[in-house]
Amino acid sequence: MREFDYRRAADAHEAVALLSGEPEARFLGGGTNLVDLMKTGVENPALLVDVRGLPLDRIEVAGDGALTIGATMTNSDLAAHPEVRHRYPALAEAVLAGASGQLRNMATVGGNLLQRTRCGYFTDLSRPCNKREPGSGCSALNGEHHNHAILGWSEHCVATNPSDMAVALAAFDAVVRVLTPEGSAEIPLADFYLPVGDTPHRETALPDGALITGVTLPAAPVAARSRYRKVRERASYAFANGSIAAALHVEDGTVRDVRIAFGAVASRPWRAREAERALIGGPATPEAFAAAADAELAAARPLAHNGYKVPLIRNLVVSTLTELQEAAR
Amino acid sequence: MTTPAAPPRTSATGTPHTRREGRAKVTGEARYTGDIPFAELAHGWLVTSTVARGRIRSVDTDTVLAMPGVLAVLHPGNALRLTPGAGLMGPDANLQLLQDDRVPHVGWPVALVVAETQEQARAGADALVITYDEEPYDTAFRADHPGLRPTAPSPLAMPDVDQGDPDAELAASAVVVDREYTTPEEFHNAMEPHAAMARWENGRLEVVDSNQGSYAVAQVLAALFSLDADTVRVRSEHVGGGFGSKGLRLPHTVLAVMATTILHRPVRVVLTRRQMFSLVGHRPATAQRVRLGADADGRLRVVEHETASPTSTVHEFAEQSTRHSRTLYAADAFRLRTRVVPLDVPTPGFMRAPGWAPGSFAVESAMDELAAEVGVDPIALRLRNEPETGPVSGLPFSSRNLVACLEEGARRFGWADRDPRPGVRRDGRWLLGTGVAAAAHSAGVGASTAAITAEADGTYTVRVTAADIGTGARTALGQIAADALEVSPESVRIRIADSDFGLAWLAGGSMGTASWAWAINEAAVALRKKLADLPGDMADLPPEGVTAHADTTELLAAREQRESHGYGAQFAEVAVDPASGEVRVRRMLGIFAVGRVVNPLTARNQFIGGMTWGLSMALHEEGVRDDASGGLANGDLAGYHVAANADVPLIEADWIDEHDTYNPSGIKGLGEIGIVGGAAAVANAVWHATGVRHRHLPISLERVLSGGRR
Ligand SMILES: Cc1cc2nc3c(=O)[nH]c(=O)nc-3n(C[C@H](O)[C@H](O)[C@H](O)COP(=O)(O)OP(=O)(O)OC[C@H]3O[C@@H](n4cnc5c(N)ncnc54)[C@H](O)[C@@H]3O)c2cc1C
Ligand code: SF4
Repeated sequence: MREFDYRRAADAHEAVALLSGEPEARFLGGGTNLVDLMKTGVENPALLVDVRGLPLDRIEVAGDGALTIGATMTNSDLAAHPEVRHRYPALAEAVLAGASGQLRNMATVGGNLLQRTRCGYFTDLSRPCNKREPGSGCSALNGEHHNHAILGWSEHCVATNPSDMAVALAAFDAVVRVLTPEGSAEIPLADFYLPVGDTPHRETALPDGALITGVTLPAAPVAARSRYRKVRERASYAFANGSIAAALHVEDGTVRDVRIAFGAVASRPWRAREAERALIGGPATPEAFAAAADAELAAARPLAHNGYKVPLIRNLVVSTLTELQEAAR
Repeated sequence: MTTPAAPPRTSATGTPHTRREGRAKVTGEARYTGDIPFAELAHGWLVTSTVARGRIRSVDTDTVLAMPGVLAVLHPGNALRLTPGAGLMGPDANLQLLQDDRVPHVGWPVALVVAETQEQARAGADALVITYDEEPYDTAFRADHPGLRPTAPSPLAMPDVDQGDPDAELAASAVVVDREYTTPEEFHNAMEPHAAMARWENGRLEVVDSNQGSYAVAQVLAALFSLDADTVRVRSEHVGGGFGSKGLRLPHTVLAVMATTILHRPVRVVLTRRQMFSLVGHRPATAQRVRLGADADGRLRVVEHETASPTSTVHEFAEQSTRHSRTLYAADAFRLRTRVVPLDVPTPGFMRAPGWAPGSFAVESAMDELAAEVGVDPIALRLRNEPETGPVSGLPFSSRNLVACLEEGARRFGWADRDPRPGVRRDGRWLLGTGVAAAAHSAGVGASTAAITAEADGTYTVRVTAADIGTGARTALGQIAADALEVSPESVRIRIADSDFGLAWLAGGSMGTASWAWAINEAAVALRKKLADLPGDMADLPPEGVTAHADTTELLAAREQRESHGYGAQFAEVAVDPASGEVRVRRMLGIFAVGRVVNPLTARNQFIGGMTWGLSMALHEEGVRDDASGGLANGDLAGYHVAANADVPLIEADWIDEHDTYNPSGIKGLGEIGIVGGAAAVANAVWHATGVRHRHLPISLERVLSGGRR
């Protein structure tokens, strides 16, 4: 592990200033991902700017009901917050489905959004990996990829984004707030994670040196009846093999509003817009849910060893929407 | 002589005792090998190969030697020459480290960087550039691999069996179950990584190690470095888990000794978790075929069991899965085969219940399939095939209480109410089912010595080269010695894990406590005789006390032949969500018959730990070999899943009273049997829940979603 400098920033502007002009510097949130990557030699920063002490550790509620979640709020605090639990239960469930109590106590919202993939080759320095070393090749494409992407991948990289939290945020049209030396900006989550293309090492639209200051969730009444369901190989302490964040509002048997996002299927949380379009205004029946899932999954391109994810996601759509509908009765 | 007035005492064995070192362990006072400070200590960091097969072309030592703190880089070009032929149970070429430029698998030791601090050693190891001449490799094991061959004769190899007329019995069978089962590569990754410190002191080689048998390790080191056995002393006071991985392969120990011999200062080598996935043995994948032929009522006519597993090109280790089929059920004919194929992979080794664990998965699953085919309750089927004598050995049993375990287990589990039909019970999105499997493990004894000193202050000191790998062996031996001496356990001091105490069996094969207890009992008898023969009374003991020794070698050799095993019955209830593929175990019950249970508290630990592992084997554990590199794609604890707390439900373990004096101590050993049959009980329950038979472990999401495919 390379020796590094460590600085602590008192406010967001200072944090951005400390980092600017230092290409080998990184922000340090809870360190639960970054420090692991430093230990394995994937990340070798010369400077860490600790942002965990910034006054961005709370939730603010705007007049229109939108929530702005501070970037340094811990995952535990986020999941426990009453506004989140009551108005966006799928978000609280998603966060609680991730990692472990100790990790969630350390991990921050900003760090969670930027956590790196869990593709095993990414952390094995002896193997080719385009994401770690552009141009070296993708070991997973024809290697071990049981838990890799079925949607939106390219032959340059088939890794998935591992975040549970981001799946719920995607379902609720979150907007990422950032600060750069030039000032603050907003990036809708839908544009935040870049398509893989031939640049799998460039994962987000975050400008170099930009600090994430928070995430805004627009008010969304439908989100009050939402669920996050995560399927994984063991009951805890494992990343998803497939997950879904869903919200459903039905009136007189007709779908009036619906939000669906999938996790563990693509390089980013996968908002299922095709499925949503297929459902809106139609009947809320298991058959319709299945047809909507199929509409979304028509684009799926499973790899040699992860075809199981297609029926898994399809079944999750049907069972989660059915449960939401039954709960509303 | 007058005996001191002893307070009225109850037997120490059979009552629960907390671990003698428990307080020291939870307060951090107990030190493990990697934690103990030594003056002048240098640190070695292993460098392992990144290619699966080939030769080392170059090792660029210059850059690394110039790095801060780096003292030496050992590699095949400058390493000490070792004596060929050394090994724990016959020669094991895995011990011949840095002896030539051949690379037999990914993760093979190719260099050791020694530095002033561990961080400097690691930095040096990370920076060391090694180039290879790579060769084509084969790391893909399969049941029909053309290289499969019979195993070489060895003390561990189960000979092939042809008994009766299997073909005729198959032809005469009303029902034949003929199935293939597979288990994947599995890994034990003990909480404490392998570590050893070596130094020369006053002409003796002193090693502080983490192992399962210090006497055996001392013998191996003496042979390997051509030293007099007396000049080597190995100690291993506290060990954070072994599971079979700390005895056979000693890369850390061998390289620490080599480095201290070259550098003339103490050197410690600690393995990393990733290194533990390729250097300390593991359970190889198995492909097993089981053919059971039975009459219409389920009585077995023939048992055929073929097991195949991969080994390395360095050393042959075959998984002896047919151990299970040799002892469980009576049949008129047996055909048993063990096959092995050398591949460019690390050498497998002992992993908790070697042979028994995978073998029981195949055989106990096949028995469940037979029960369904015949339409007999799975427990009734087992009772119907209970043998009178060893089914293959023909020997009388020292004792056998499988029937009692099955019946007691059935009663406690509520088996009588079970609806045999598969796939009919629902609880919301979950399908529910229950399953049973039988368990067995050999009850062996190894020759051991022990010494007991009656101290002048009225206490006793027991010396035996036992190992306490976290099991509570130290505590159990205290109970045993106390009863043998008829004193309280508090007045007995137990000293273990020092090769200077002499020959003793390892903490392995479920034979440790049984072997050491016998020797302690003999020493106690000898001591009491010595004391009785003393003139004067106990108060007049000389300052150095009075010591008696025992050695069970001859007693053991004089025993009549018996078939001796512990037995058990495992029960599981599972819930399966067929839409998501999730399998959750809701409860497990294990009832065992393992002779005398010395310490109920730690015995239950062992059973529950084993059963948890059985669950983990059924649902989670799988080493995935990457064809593109020949290495493991998931060789760390992030990728190699073991059951997490949330996966483990209420597990109950208990035992039935069993009196067996084939070993005069009455002990059969119980460290491994808890895992045996566990995976089959879970898999059988999954069948009962869903109607889908899972013959390939682990029962992953993917397999449930695809209906049990390979
Ligand atoms: C054993 C284990 C199990 C896990 N299981 C799960 C799981 O099941 N589901 C799941 O979703 N996650 C899981 N995680 C991942 C965990 O959620 C992330 O590690 C965590 O959310 C990262 O947050 P952090 O604050 O610790 O980030 P850090 O590690 O501090 O940082 C991560 C990255 O974000 C950058 N960064 C941090 N804060 C900011 C900021 N404000 N602005 C800009 N950049 C920033 C850092 O520079 C770094 O590049 C697991 C992690 C571990 C170790
Ligand atoms: S999938 Fe992506 S992260 Fe994994 S090896 Fe390929 S390029 Fe690297």
